Amino acid sequence: MIKAGIIGLGKMGMSHCAIVNAHPDIDLVAVCDTSTLVLEVLKKYASFNTFSDYRKMLNETELDCLFVATPTKLHAEIVLLALEKGIHVFCEKPFSLTLKQGQQMTELARSKKLVGQVGYHNRFIGTFNYFKTLLEKNIIGQVYHFTGEAYGPVVVKNKGGTWRSDSKEGGGCLFDYASHVINLIEFILGEIKDVDGTLLKSIYSREVEDAVYSSLFLENGISGLLTVNWSDETYRKMSTQITALGTEGKIIADAQEMKIYLKKDNNELGLEKGWNMKYITDLTDQVDFYLRGEEYSSQIDYFVNCIKENNLQNKNSFEAAFHTDMVIEMLKNYKKSNNG
Amino acid sequence: MDKILFGDNQFFAVNHLSDEKSRAQSIQFRTNEAIIRVLEDVVDLGINTFMCTTHDRISGICDHIRKHPQKYKNFKIYPCMPYAHKYANAITELGILGTLKEYLPGNIFSTFAKGGLAFAKKDIIAMMELLIDAEMKMFKGIDTPVIFIQNVITDLILGLGLKDVFKAYDAYIRKKYNAEPGYITMNLPMLLSVFDHVGIKNPIICSSVNKIGFRMSGGREIYEKTIAEKKFRPIAMQVLAAGAINPRKAFEYIGKQKNIESVLFGASSREHIKQSKDLILEYC
Repeated sequence: MIKAGIIGLGKMGMSHCAIVNAHPDIDLVAVCDTSTLVLEVLKKYASFNTFSDYRKMLNETELDCLFVATPTKLHAEIVLLALEKGIHVFCEKPFSLTLKQGQQMTELARSKKLVGQVGYHNRFIGTFNYFKTLLEKNIIGQVYHFTGEAYGPVVVKNKGGTWRSDSKEGGGCLFDYASHVINLIEFILGEIKDVDGTLLKSIYSREVEDAVYSSLFLENGISGLLTVNWSDETYRKMSTQITALGTEGKIIADAQEMKIYLKKDNNELGLEKGWNMKYITDLTDQVDFYLRGEEYSSQIDYFVNCIKENNLQNKNSFEAAFHTDMVIEMLKNYKKSNNG
Repeated sequence: MDKILFGDNQFFAVNHLSDEKSRAQSIQFRTNEAIIRVLEDVVDLGINTFMCTTHDRISGICDHIRKHPQKYKNFKIYPCMPYAHKYANAITELGILGTLKEYLPGNIFSTFAKGGLAFAKKDIIAMMELLIDAEMKMFKGIDTPVIFIQNVITDLILGLGLKDVFKAYDAYIRKKYNAEPGYITMNLPMLLSVFDHVGIKNPIICSSVNKIGFRMSGGREIYEKTIAEKKFRPIAMQVLAAGAINPRKAFEYIGKQKNIESVLFGASSREHIKQSKDLILEYC
């Protein structure tokens, strides 16, 4: 059994807590949060130890791995301490608020030969993985344009006052929503090297942006557009979509379905000329415990397997998340240098 | 329970295969009248149970039902609570405590703001009861013989291992609403073994049951075995696996799982409702 701890019991931490606790190979030993309400409930009804001080938890509990789901500004100090103690770390996204911290975490995990994984769960969705496979096989020829989009109803009226409305704490649409799309574009299409025409728009929030629009330029020469808005109440929940246009066809994918248009038949993959549809039901593997989406369980299964097999080539690595942070930094700085 | 239960996903843009279809549905059902027209077809086709989430818009549907007692004489609603996205989006923005403050009923809010937090800490069960009452308000005067917890909450409680919360829910629904508690889950075998452990007997459980094993955690075989051997009242949902299975084959498969008591499905047109109803009656 792998002994695990969780720090931070907000929406993601609580979700990880349920999945980890239900996992047959993991023994959830301890959890930590600053909310007395949450701790009292878990103390009374659940079976794991509860802490309000993460240092105390890490000092008093022997752990093999740790899930960090605190507000982003706390990631670095917790992750670095855990790595120093030789603990494998699963850290929520976005990875860090400053590039210095991101680099420290990435380098320490590498030098200590520990598994580091970040919670960009789109990398565990069947449609997006198949997208990557199709591009690796050059199925739509030379890709000349892409769009990465995400929309959702997080901030739909004037309000403020939580860490999500403070960019110094990792709030705002860029850190919270756009980071997912940036990370996914880098997973499917390639690393981003430059940005241009970036617009960070505040719609309802006073302190942070609610929408992010930008041109993106990849290392491999492909360029495209990023369009993300978390103040769009026409969406019931976060919806992420990637489109790629190539000389031999086009692919459009979200978490549920995939539309593939080809100019000619592809016998190797059994795809026909014209439109082909693929659904989550064709592309998603069964999980043993389901909460909110297969990908949340799959990413934890994968993390556990990496620990067991001592596999340090993680598909959702600290390195990749650190690169996403660098792109976020570029988008932020573009605003500073161009909009005052 | 009736053999056929009519669901509401199509009304609220829930489509597990396609965001695009979701949007088309939210346009089709932008008015309550459009939903009511479908419900009238449902009643006309002899289906008398509507299983629906506690979405804000359901309260308008409940108003309509109360205004037409004759037409909806035998009509029952099985509420499924909570409408999770309302809370999930709120938690992202306001945090857990902020969300509770936002959604606990108004008169409770002042209690909550003063000594309320201490009260909440001591008694999460009492707080759950307040939230249930808040969600149930819209159904006043309507027959609600079974009241469900939505899968995201059932499975969260299950994963966290808060077994006593299930017991408290079970007791409260029976006592306060004189109704049967129901549970929607994506983890049927695991939920049943926890129920065995805490002594919840012969529960009503609604879970995915379909020919391709979609959203059947642990696999189709263990589900089939559970349905065949365990004592509980199964409702099959996601029978068509969000449209991935041909309807005839889908319901034929359900017919082979002998102990299934009811089948839940949703559809947007009279033609599709009739087709599913006829197939359920033929096979199940």
